[in-house]
Amino acid sequence: MIRISCAGAGALLLDAAHGAFNDSVQERIWAVARRMAAQPEILQAVPGVNNLLIVFDAVQYDPATLEHSLRAVWEDTLVDASPAREIVLPVTYGGTFGEDIPVVARFAGLTEEEVIAAHVSGEYRVAAIGAMPGFAYLTGLDPRLAIPRRASPRVSVEQGAVSIGGGQAGVMPCTSPTGWHILGKTEEILFDAHRAEPCLFRLGDRVKFRRVG
Amino acid sequence: MIEVLTGSPLNTIQDLGRPRTMTLGVSRGGAMDSAALKLGNLLLGNDIDAAGIEVVFFPFKVRFHADQAFAVTGARGVARLDDEPLPPDWAAKARAGQILTLHAPANGARSYVTFAGGLDVPVVLGSRSTDMKGGFGGYQGRALEAGTRLAAFPSDAKDMPSSGYGLAHPCDLPENVAEVRCLPAAEFDAFTDDSQALFFEQLWTVTRTANRLGYRLESETPLSLRSPLELLSHGIVPGTIQVPSAGMPIVQMADANTCGGYPKIANVIEPDLRLLAQTQTGRQIRFIRVELDEAVAAVRADAIRMHELGLALQSARATLLAR
Repeated sequence: MIRISCAGAGALLLDAAHGAFNDSVQERIWAVARRMAAQPEILQAVPGVNNLLIVFDAVQYDPATLEHSLRAVWEDTLVDASPAREIVLPVTYGGTFGEDIPVVARFAGLTEEEVIAAHVSGEYRVAAIGAMPGFAYLTGLDPRLAIPRRASPRVSVEQGAVSIGGGQAGVMPCTSPTGWHILGKTEEILFDAHRAEPCLFRLGDRVKFRRVG
Repeated sequence: MIEVLTGSPLNTIQDLGRPRTMTLGVSRGGAMDSAALKLGNLLLGNDIDAAGIEVVFFPFKVRFHADQAFAVTGARGVARLDDEPLPPDWAAKARAGQILTLHAPANGARSYVTFAGGLDVPVVLGSRSTDMKGGFGGYQGRALEAGTRLAAFPSDAKDMPSSGYGLAHPCDLPENVAEVRCLPAAEFDAFTDDSQALFFEQLWTVTRTANRLGYRLESETPLSLRSPLELLSHGIVPGTIQVPSAGMPIVQMADANTCGGYPKIANVIEPDLRLLAQTQTGRQIRFIRVELDEAVAAVRADAIRMHELGLALQSARATLLAR
């Protein structure tokens, strides 16, 4: 059912994926992550997309014991529906920040306006946070827009770029390389190391985009 | 007060990094050769995780504007305080006006300059390390430019033996081929039998793109999977060895992204990350397979060695001061 592997001496990766992304598996991942993070021997419990990485100090704690504990917590955890917040991000589509809309339109067999309509009408969920500071993997993308990543990533994409890739949606929290396709831009600040809560998004948040241009 | 005289986009302030920020998408960061930073701090009687300067670009020069005890550890190159050469893994006391120069190392790739008291820069998300991707931590979230002035916290260790002191037997650095121990990772069995064997048999060359994010490696024969594999994004730690479809591995290092999606063949064990950090571009490495119990034993032996070194240096310093 689940697979647990070592990621060095001080980390374990629990993989619960079976093919495509599964919503209820993800809710269980969040719940298990919360329970594991509360254990004193766990330094961090990091939800991925249908998987969970736990990190600990192998000087003090035995990986075999923690694997046992992780498996037990997984078996014992039911999905708890914690209340989700709703976040709406204003987006300007097209132009300089939407240079990939024509490519996506050709891929999907849609007009450029239909691509924008499909993206803006989506109801998304923050499945995981990671890769770069404040980046959220948003599930719920219209499957017609599930274009593979670019064959070679762009060297630099600006902060605020609204992007899609690998069947997921996202927003660039900082200027960085990415292989995702760019549809538009938002002015919202997704990450600020000096804020009390650095990330705009929390796991499980429901996210919508609102077209402002 | 210390003034950096040589700027470089590669030289940054680092401590031991951020152990609890992956859920924010923030890398662990910290000194690539954490053992060398710890040693530099122990030589000065600092807390083991005090912030120092990671030097990757040479020559590197700093001017001391006040008397200041400091240490130079890590890569093995010529270091001079004014004209006076310093032995490797050594702590000394600079007088106001003196200049410390680090030349390109013959062996190793990263030197650490630590200061009694540790560098006084703000703690951001639990660490003083520079996060270049996020543009925070260290000195204003960026690398050290010429003219940057830094202060160290006050410290008792300022009354260090004026002759300086250090390790009689400096730390080992990889020579010729670095032997790096690793554990098979989640997708190890998804690689062909030939690729599994080749991974450990071939020598891998560190390419020019190697940096704090990752080390791209090259060898004669690329590695291949039994069949194509699509993975959902998952958390990855420094030491994770990913193999993109071209078949040449990338070892994730301190500033690596916290999530990735490429198949993982192995993980470098934590104490051996420093060997990679100290392997120069163009040099070669060999991966040595270990099992989990050996990896755990190595992590623990490393922690004990560092603890004992701290005690030995403390007593050596007291003996020298009593003379």
